[in-house]
Amino acid sequence: MTTIQLTARDFKGKIDPDWCPGCGDFGVLNSLQRAAAELGLRPHEIVTVSGIGCSSNLPGYINTYGMHTLHGRSLAFATGVKMANHDLTVIATGGDGDGYGIGGNHFTHTARRNVDLTYVVMNNQIYGLTTGQVSPTSRVGQKTKSTPFGSVEYPLNPLTSAIMNGATYVARGYSGDVRHLTELIKGGIEHQGFALIDIFSPCVTFNLDNTHNFFKERIKKLEDEDHDVTSWAAACEKAMVWGDEIYIGKFYHLEAEKESLTALEPVLRDGPVAKRTGGLTGEQADRIVQRML
Amino acid sequence: MSDGNFDFALAIGGEAGQGIATPGDTLARIVVRRGLNLSTYNAYQSIIRGGHIFLTVRVSDREVRSHGDKLDMLLALNQDTMNRHLRLLGSGAAALYNSDTISPGDYTDGVQLCPLPVNDLTGSQRSGLNQNTVALGAMMHLLGLDFGLLEASITQQFSRKGEDVVNENVRVALAGYTHAQENFTPFPMPMPEGGEPLGVWSGNEALAMGGAAAGVKFYAAYPMSPSTGVLHWMAQNARNLGIMVRQVEDEIGVANMVVGAAHTGARAMCATSGGGFALMTEAIGAAAMMEIPCVFINVQRAGPSTGVPTKTEQGDLWQALGASQGDFERFVVSPKDALDAYNTVPELFNLADRLQCPGIILSDLLISEGRYSISPKEINFHPEIDRGELITEGTSNGEPYMRYRDTASGVSPRAVPGTEGHVHTVATDEHDEDSMLLSDEFTNPHRRRASVEKRARKFEAAASLIAPPEIEGPANAQVTLVGWGSTAGVIQEAIEQLADRGITANQLAVKWLIPLHTDEITAALTSANKFIIVENNYSGQFARYMRSETGLSAYGHIRKYDGEPFAPHHIADGVADLLGREGGVFVPYQEVIV
Ligand SMILES: Cc1ncc(C[n+]2csc(CCOP(=O)(O)OP(=O)(O)O)c2C)c(N)n1
Ligand code: SF4
Ligand SMILES: [Mg+2]
Repeated sequence: MTTIQLTARDFKGKIDPDWCPGCGDFGVLNSLQRAAAELGLRPHEIVTVSGIGCSSNLPGYINTYGMHTLHGRSLAFATGVKMANHDLTVIATGGDGDGYGIGGNHFTHTARRNVDLTYVVMNNQIYGLTTGQVSPTSRVGQKTKSTPFGSVEYPLNPLTSAIMNGATYVARGYSGDVRHLTELIKGGIEHQGFALIDIFSPCVTFNLDNTHNFFKERIKKLEDEDHDVTSWAAACEKAMVWGDEIYIGKFYHLEAEKESLTALEPVLRDGPVAKRTGGLTGEQADRIVQRML
Repeated sequence: MSDGNFDFALAIGGEAGQGIATPGDTLARIVVRRGLNLSTYNAYQSIIRGGHIFLTVRVSDREVRSHGDKLDMLLALNQDTMNRHLRLLGSGAAALYNSDTISPGDYTDGVQLCPLPVNDLTGSQRSGLNQNTVALGAMMHLLGLDFGLLEASITQQFSRKGEDVVNENVRVALAGYTHAQENFTPFPMPMPEGGEPLGVWSGNEALAMGGAAAGVKFYAAYPMSPSTGVLHWMAQNARNLGIMVRQVEDEIGVANMVVGAAHTGARAMCATSGGGFALMTEAIGAAAMMEIPCVFINVQRAGPSTGVPTKTEQGDLWQALGASQGDFERFVVSPKDALDAYNTVPELFNLADRLQCPGIILSDLLISEGRYSISPKEINFHPEIDRGELITEGTSNGEPYMRYRDTASGVSPRAVPGTEGHVHTVATDEHDEDSMLLSDEFTNPHRRRASVEKRARKFEAAASLIAPPEIEGPANAQVTLVGWGSTAGVIQEAIEQLADRGITANQLAVKWLIPLHTDEITAALTSANKFIIVENNYSGQFARYMRSETGLSAYGHIRKYDGEPFAPHHIADGVADLLGREGGVFVPYQEVIV
């Protein structure tokens, strides 16, 4: 097989994004395309699966197989794809509302199962597509169209949630730093197990609190600190920091201690089930009959 | 017992935790080994201990298509069972009970009481534990069966627990057998020998096996009665059949995972009951919009809401017809019995694959949890598998590929992820031929119309791909009984009873609900004298559906919605009653209180 080195450009989709100018999601798309190219992946080997939201429009803009599914359900579809054909590289993408709100149950359990997926969440702390309502990651006091007097609910922490639920690669990126984010995504794709990459991806139209400037002033990289990625306690401690300093980078990474679902599932030892054609063999039918008699 | 034929029904009643299943299974094994036909129905409640469980086992040398009307033998494991059921036994029947703890009440003349002093007979004080086995021994004598059959069955059942356990159980059973020989009169007709040994399956096992035979490679579920048997069979067989089986966090996850798996080209299926099916509905629409074939099974139980988890009903027809928002086509099919359920699965998968759409199977508790005899020879383990226009191999040098190419048939060749040269994104948003979204700023009414029509066009000839329903029984009958799904068998037995009462009846059993064979149904029913619709719900869901599709209204209706299935005489009584008055609705009375 001749392998031609592809570039990010080869992963450009048929149409250009219709995101608002300045939307953080451009940086995420760009990073994802670079990551795929730099890992030497080819478009037909990847499936990008999303839910519904501004961010979930991403599969339409990337040249890979894609499923643009239902609001909150990307991880369920993506698990179905991966468990039926684990030869494919499966990337789930979406927003904070999609993944941590309506899709919260799937987020919990996909992390628990350690399904070999890369989950790229464009966390803008707002519901963008529905024109600006409060999200599960909006801060207390945040004014949105559905909380005009300020939210009185606490946000959830995606990183500590993922770690506690069993994810084995947990990172946070910022869409304004494409080089750094590309590396985090590459690490997630290469990791065998559930990888969450939560990304500050500002909604420039509906979230005037968590702006590019807000993040630029606060962001610090874990790589510049003495951080032990194998310690869940250290990872959670860093993930909880929210104020003048906010960390991005790789928080947690368990390499071999916990195997992925694809590795643990004996049914997959003979290759992907999607590639097994046909019904029962004569021998299998005989065994079934024996058990019925 | 009817003349000439061996047709015998026995029931075992007690509370959950008293081990009713064990004597039931032992008897079932003996019966099918003799090659006799078997139908069992277990009435139970959603509790693990206590309550009232009533297992009916009907045995015949002819085909049995329902659990029947009457009981020939009752084994009461507690006083409650005795109080509820003894009075319903007719002359010639026998009642067995542990006389250490249970006393009989009023009973019809000619019923043979068979008290078993279990502690005396076994020389122990473990009456509660031994009563099932003692009774099994006594039953063997009453049925004219050799004790050796029971001995062999017990030996097989307990062999793993060691010789002592086997010996003790055989000793206890023999005590019952000997006591019966000395004290009880056997039934006049001993249980005959049938043909070759038969197997036993439940409808849920049949659905699961049908999936395996159809080439299902991905099965997901969240446990919900009465569908869980499908999951259990799949889980048990996953490794030796190479099927990916997953228990998922909820039915939303189940259904979406199934669609995801199906997108890769694996045949994918899931089963649930109404409440879970409600959670699956958004995914069913997603499968239709993305044109991904997959099969969803709803094993109906009595609703609404949590309803009566352990009782049967045909109440989810409209739920299936309208599952998911929007105006789109799907297949909906209601198998008639376990074997039909088995055969339906591969047939539905072929149809779903050919038309790239979702298929829904409406089973119910009666079919799915009933256990039936089956001759393995009747099971086609290698049904035809037609994957439709599926592309699994490709190159990057071909023509540009458009996933939703607007073809004459409406069916567009479907490439699975991993295929070179066919990269595309499927979407639940409306899209054009090339899978470009038509929502938001790209909306175009003409392209929207073309997409709607393309999907609809696939279904124009759908009815011709499926066998239409046909009248079964005498032509020119006084009355035609129309049913759907699981009522087919019991209606057939009711028709036989009606013939004895001098009423000629035939049946139109409808299996395919979408597409509905409106032309054939209209032709059959307009030439019928009168027709009565029989269904297991309150409001006449099928009657209303049929009227909306054909404009035909029935002469009368027989409806049951108390949680228990129809017995043949319920329908025969209803027909006689409705013919005697100008139609209307007949609601049978459920005599057996379970
Ligand atoms: C079942 C369902 N409920 C609600 C919606 C409407 N809806 C679409 S996107 C969205 C929220 C999007 O927020 P997020 O996931 O954070 O994505 P963003 O637009 O911010 O990128 C909602 C509520 C829907 N499509 N489906
Ligand atoms: S509304 Fe917000 S999230 Fe959506 S595209 Fe615009 S900036 Fe991005
Ligand atoms: Mg958002």
